[in-house]
Amino acid sequence: MGLVIAFWILAAVAVLAALGVLFQKNVFRAALSLVLCLTAVAGIFITLSADFLAAAQILIYVGAVSVLIILTIMLTRDVSQGNPFNRNLIPAFAVSAAFLGLLTWAVLNTGWKISPEAPPTAITPGLAEKLFGGNGFILPLEIAGILLLAVVIGAIVIAREK
Amino acid sequence: MSIGLEHYLILAGVLFSIGLFGAFTKRNIIVILISIELMLNGANIALVAFSRFITPLALTGQVFTIFSMVVAAAEVAVGLAIIISVFRYRNTVDASKIDLLKW
Repeated sequence: MGLVIAFWILAAVAVLAALGVLFQKNVFRAALSLVLCLTAVAGIFITLSADFLAAAQILIYVGAVSVLIILTIMLTRDVSQGNPFNRNLIPAFAVSAAFLGLLTWAVLNTGWKISPEAPPTAITPGLAEKLFGGNGFILPLEIAGILLLAVVIGAIVIAREK
Repeated sequence: MSIGLEHYLILAGVLFSIGLFGAFTKRNIIVILISIELMLNGANIALVAFSRFITPLALTGQVFTIFSMVVAAAEVAVGLAIIISVFRYRNTVDASKIDLLKW
């Protein structure tokens, strides 16, 4: 019962904050709205018993990505401009609503094979076994490390003063 | 009434569609990037929900979500560096005024 209430509250917060990103007049407040949405998504991860991912979501998104976005908003301050929409509001709304409708129809009309097993109580050891163990994801993990190194160098090269 | 897979998938779809709408309609490139973050988060919720309800013991969906977070962080870092660089030369963050590649 507590899980049901938690899900509905977190889902409402996440959707309202996502709408806030679109409809806040101030770009800075839109970014703060994104932070609220990301925190609610971390709570959603906890209701899915993915506790390690909830911690990673808080550390990576709420901690690092939002700070980067807010710093960039500060550096490219355009106060008079605000957070406007462009001219294709109606076609964009039609496409998004059609996509959502199609997705909902597909989700509701698929016979999902729900597993009867409960998830393990400790997720993190299983996750570590998957990431670092044999027959796991050790090669993608190394590639992700190389990707992050390339991104650090690339971001410095792109953003530095010539 | 209990919460099933469909609830999470529809929540993920709603977040994805809101992000899609924002990415189509916003003028400020930083807000477009924020909308793409919303879309990625919707996809992450769907991956974790599939992992929880379909294969609760395999955890593969959660591993995919970790890699998706890594790629999203990389995308944000490079995207914001490009935005700062463009702002330095063009003095704007309006996507309709940044037409360097148009001819």
